[in-house]
Amino acid sequence: MTGPRTVAVVPAFNESGAIGRVVGEIRAARFGIDVVVVDDASTDDTAAVAEALGATVLRLPFNVGIGGAVQTGFRYAVEEGYERAVRLDGDGQHDAAEIGRLFEPLERGEADLVIGSRFVDGRGSYRPPFARRLGIRVFARLVSLLGGQQVTDTTSGFIALDRAGIELFAREYPHDYPEVEATLVALRSGLRLSQVQVEMRERETGASSITFIRSLYYIVKVLLALLVASLRRYPRLEEARR
Amino acid sequence: MTPVRVSIVGVLASVLLILVVLELVRGRRLKERYALLWLATGVVLLVLSAWRGGLNTIAGWVGVTSYPPAVLFAVATLFILLVLLHYSTVISKLTDENVELAQRLALLEERVGRPPSGPRSPAG
Repeated sequence: MTGPRTVAVVPAFNESGAIGRVVGEIRAARFGIDVVVVDDASTDDTAAVAEALGATVLRLPFNVGIGGAVQTGFRYAVEEGYERAVRLDGDGQHDAAEIGRLFEPLERGEADLVIGSRFVDGRGSYRPPFARRLGIRVFARLVSLLGGQQVTDTTSGFIALDRAGIELFAREYPHDYPEVEATLVALRSGLRLSQVQVEMRERETGASSITFIRSLYYIVKVLLALLVASLRRYPRLEEARR
Repeated sequence: MTPVRVSIVGVLASVLLILVVLELVRGRRLKERYALLWLATGVVLLVLSAWRGGLNTIAGWVGVTSYPPAVLFAVATLFILLVLLHYSTVISKLTDENVELAQRLALLEERVGRPPSGPRSPAG
């Protein structure tokens, strides 16, 4: 295998209906990529399906939430010495064919974290319902303001990382509803961030984990996390990188 | 002035609290670490119940003129809030540690289940 060792981290909770396709598409999209499925204590056969397709499966003994699951994958990447990682969700909403485009800024050495954003330019087809669009926009504005760089999509779970990014998120990653806060932590830690326009699919099986009460909790939790994260000090990574 | 009966009940209740906490620690059902705030609660309430003049003085400081034992309630409430807040921090720490243990277990199990020292499948 040539080029930097690359791993795809796929958090999955009860995704036996979709995980097979996800793993297959990742391996078809990028030659030589290792696929790590983090099974967040699924009660179906998500782990078995993923394993049968040749993915490495990390089995959490109980449900720790999406952020805790993703972080498990990043810790694996640190321990195994991977230099690049991409995170895709196990429900198939992220298109593996776009992994290559996500890695481009890393390959050019321009970024440590690349966010697959639905709103970089106006060309994306994703038109969320009003309330969600508002929420996504408010979070993006807030993170841009607090992080000092324009970010268009802070709720995207489709991201690519170089070694510095992997190490940061292996250490610092929120356990639930992680994306918004993680973006701010990355900026405040001095990671270079770029964004790539991507399309996301409607989910095919399972149900979205966002319900009304949860979205209330989501908003309040994330706002508090952003406030606290902007009060904390994070060690800057520039020195470590060079 | 605080009614004598209120003082007596206050003293008895505080002593009971202290004794129960000590007994829990003695029986190893409560760690010293988590008993300290409870003991402090018991001791402060005991002092304020027994030292009637002191309670009156403190009530005067904080502007409670009509019924000094209200200060007992306020102090007790404050300590209970402290204990609860302390427990919230303990739970948060335990949650983080628990998740980290789960993560490390997942990583270890994957490593142990892998064939020893053999090369990993290139696309695995």
